[in-house]
Amino acid sequence: MIRVVIPSPLRILAGVAGEVFLKVSHPVTQRRVLDALEAHYPALRGTIRDQTTHIRRPKVRFYVCGEDWSHEPPDTPLPEPVANGTEPFLVVAAISGG
Amino acid sequence: MSAIRVLVGTRKGAFILTSDAKRASWDVAGPHFAGWEIYHLKGSPANPNRVYAAQNSSWFGQQIQRSDDGGKSWLPVGNKFAYEGTPGTHQWYDGTPHPWEFARVWHLEPSLTNPDEVYAGVEDAALFRSADAGQTWQELAGLRGHGSGSSWMPGAGGLCLHTILLDPVNAQRMFVAISAAGAFRSDDTGKTWRPINRGLHSDYIPNPTAEVGHCVHRLAMHRARPNVLFMQKHWDVMRSDDGGDSWHEISGNLPTDFGFVIDVHAHDPETIYVVPIKSDSEHFPLDGQLRVYRSRSGGNEWEPLTKGLPQRDCYVNVLRDAMAVDTLDPCGLYFGTTGGQVYASSDGGDSWSAIVRDLPAVLAVEVQTLP
Repeated sequence: MIRVVIPSPLRILAGVAGEVFLKVSHPVTQRRVLDALEAHYPALRGTIRDQTTHIRRPKVRFYVCGEDWSHEPPDTPLPEPVANGTEPFLVVAAISGG
Repeated sequence: MSAIRVLVGTRKGAFILTSDAKRASWDVAGPHFAGWEIYHLKGSPANPNRVYAAQNSSWFGQQIQRSDDGGKSWLPVGNKFAYEGTPGTHQWYDGTPHPWEFARVWHLEPSLTNPDEVYAGVEDAALFRSADAGQTWQELAGLRGHGSGSSWMPGAGGLCLHTILLDPVNAQRMFVAISAAGAFRSDDTGKTWRPINRGLHSDYIPNPTAEVGHCVHRLAMHRARPNVLFMQKHWDVMRSDDGGDSWHEISGNLPTDFGFVIDVHAHDPETIYVVPIKSDSEHFPLDGQLRVYRSRSGGNEWEPLTKGLPQRDCYVNVLRDAMAVDTLDPCGLYFGTTGGQVYASSDGGDSWSAIVRDLPAVLAVEVQTLP
């Protein structure tokens, strides 16, 4: 299972607590993780990426194994620790006040 | 025994205030959607337990929430607002073309008769309709497409469609207002539109009497007389007696005619209310005195209402969707401030008290008069 951590406002919106666990087919990519996330939690559609273009929202970042994967192509395979569930895929809200 | 439910949208969540018909003691529930901007909530006139809420965040975008139990519980519904066809461009602040981009829902207007039908006014300005209780949304593209859309420009808050009025007598007719484009009317349930801005004068556009380009802040009507419209423009308070075909100024003796809100007494179509704001750059009351002004003559002659409102050191704003009236007798009025207070009057405006204070900045206030 893939482990995904989403920001607390989205956890409330989706009605989940803590990490989200998803079954994602290999190769595990950012696109497949987000597809699975939105399929399980339809309320998250449009909150992380645009519903039509699938472009990441400007104030959302993706962190993987201590690195910023926000600008990686969405079909790039994610590192093995994420693919085998050792490490989570982090969806992070940018720090921008408010 | 009637009851009152006040729906309050703020910068950081929604609050629901309830009282019996005495309107003397209020329960405050919330925050709902804590941390999110709630630009508007509104209940269905056809089913008061059906309430829609527009929830937004600059991080996570737009959500629409629906309640079927008067706001106790909520369900996220459809949040896909896609413009019809190629969106094209409108004017940017500097006059250059700027692509139409969806930002948020400013206003939700449920149908007067069908709780599953609801309209959404959005930024960048467009009108959407849902016929399935908010699950899916379709643009009424005749508004942006009527011909002047490329000349619309944003006000300070963005290019927003913030007012939707449904005619209670003529089901084919509806009105919208856009900052900064003006007022528009449809006589065929939103298929086709035309600007209704004759009589408006705005010095901030190249042709001050142009058909389109006016920064209309708010429209209001009385249910019994839908052909009479009242308008708080950027500057100027205006009135139309012919469904918007023509307008004349009714600012009269107001100390300043800049402001955002305008509303009509529930039982007297000639009694109207505004909250004068000092200027377009100083968004607070004159002299630190928060005053509602009331006209009992449909405009021109105004009286300040001050009892119970702060009369010194008050520098809050009252935003365009933040005033509403109940339908009890005497009529109750409610408005919220950017300082987080919601003030209410249960005597037509003669006296006021804060029914809650210290909320986040208030964006919207709506009222439901429950049986």
